Amino acid sequence: MARVLNHIILGAFPERRKVTITVDGVPMEAFEGEMIAAALWAHGKKDLRYTKKHNHPRGIYCGIGRCTDCVMIVDGIPNVRTCKTPVKDGMVIETQKGLGEWKGGTGHEES
Amino acid sequence: MKKAELVIVGGGPAGLSCAIEAARLGAKVLVIDENERPGGQLFKQIHKFFGSREHQAGVRGIDIGTKLLEETAILGIEVWLNSEVVGISKDKHIWVVKDGKTSLKVEADKIVLSTGAIENSLNFPGWTLPGVMGAGAAQTMINIHRVTPGDRVLMIGSGNVGVIVSYQLLQAGAEVAAIIEAAPRLGGYGVHTAKVRRAGVPFYISHTIKRALGTDRVEGAEIVALDAKWQPIPGSEFILDVDTICVATGLTPLAELAWTLGCCFQFVPSLGGFVPDHDQYMETTVPGIYVAGDIAGVEEASTAMEEGRLAGISAAAALGYLSGEERERRCGEVWDRLNSLRSGPYGEGRRKAKELILSTEGGIACDRAI
Repeated sequence: MARVLNHIILGAFPERRKVTITVDGVPMEAFEGEMIAAALWAHGKKDLRYTKKHNHPRGIYCGIGRCTDCVMIVDGIPNVRTCKTPVKDGMVIETQKGLGEWKGGTGHEES
Repeated sequence: MKKAELVIVGGGPAGLSCAIEAARLGAKVLVIDENERPGGQLFKQIHKFFGSREHQAGVRGIDIGTKLLEETAILGIEVWLNSEVVGISKDKHIWVVKDGKTSLKVEADKIVLSTGAIENSLNFPGWTLPGVMGAGAAQTMINIHRVTPGDRVLMIGSGNVGVIVSYQLLQAGAEVAAIIEAAPRLGGYGVHTAKVRRAGVPFYISHTIKRALGTDRVEGAEIVALDAKWQPIPGSEFILDVDTICVATGLTPLAELAWTLGCCFQFVPSLGGFVPDHDQYMETTVPGIYVAGDIAGVEEASTAMEEGRLAGISAAAALGYLSGEERERRCGEVWDRLNSLRSGPYGEGRRKAKELILSTEGGIACDRAI
């Protein structure tokens, strides 16, 4: 895994602000707005969650938010699809075990 | 609650083309898309498209996507991003979760479903290991996220997706160890296949994967040859040293919303499986619900855009923005282009499959099937 810095058709890697996220307690550099899963993959982290029954590792499978293989705990919220959730500065990301645990959140508004 | 004349679910090539066509005719259009930017899969298509000039042959998918977004903006079409359609009732009430937090209802006069397709997976020992992924997922990673999925890739499937993504993996700096194909012949367009072959990638026809190696991530792939009856030939196994396995074994229409709406379906393997039954105006068996693009049968972005235009013209006419005569004329023009796209050795099968859908009444209704 490596970042594609110079691409024959797409050109240079797009300018993005460097930010720091925390992954399982360890600080990691990422680019603001890139997908969490891509940032982790670029750093060689491929086991994004472990399944509930058999504790098997899962990574990126569909990459477009359909399969839920890449869900992790993001800022305390479990089952976040990291392939379609952009990185923000200071995000706290944890490898999800099983279904994860809901640690808060805002619910929804009816309109 | 919100009211809209025409709601389009899915802002890919079909949905945006539909929105542009309908908005030009005067319809008030709302496009709902679950992604953070519209364009569907166009922005990962960095290769040049085929077809004639009127089908934008020689233009890269990303540039077609940019143009569609510009036209959408110029026409002032309302687009909701990061918004998921959870369900639709027969009276065209749409339940949307907007921005992942607000649950609301949209009442539509007409609805176009242009939700696309999802990649098929392949079940083999080790297929859930990190490092096994859809070829489209790998394409998203390299061309959108700019991260290679791995250093050495095995591609399963030699169709267009398999060969195009293989070439794009090479362009991104990864190595493609092999392309394997279970069928006794290659499946992709000659131009794309030849490019990968010239780059030195080995092809294995009549071969499939036996298992992925590794415990925490992919560390290799065991390949086996198949006989004339598609059965593994004992003793023919060999190991490929790869850290990534891409699966390019076709796509299936994403038609859940059409199922829940009670649309009739037809099973058409050459178009990806169950396809909502529709007429030449792209209207399904539920009045006022239209389909366009891969949901109406998996093809290509160029055909998806034409089908989007058909649905846009039809919906606008049904809303009263066009006379019946004018609808016929405009749809006829689109059909001429569709028929020319669906010609030749690769398109002919799709044209026949589409004709079958148009000529068959009804099909399988979900309330009868389940």
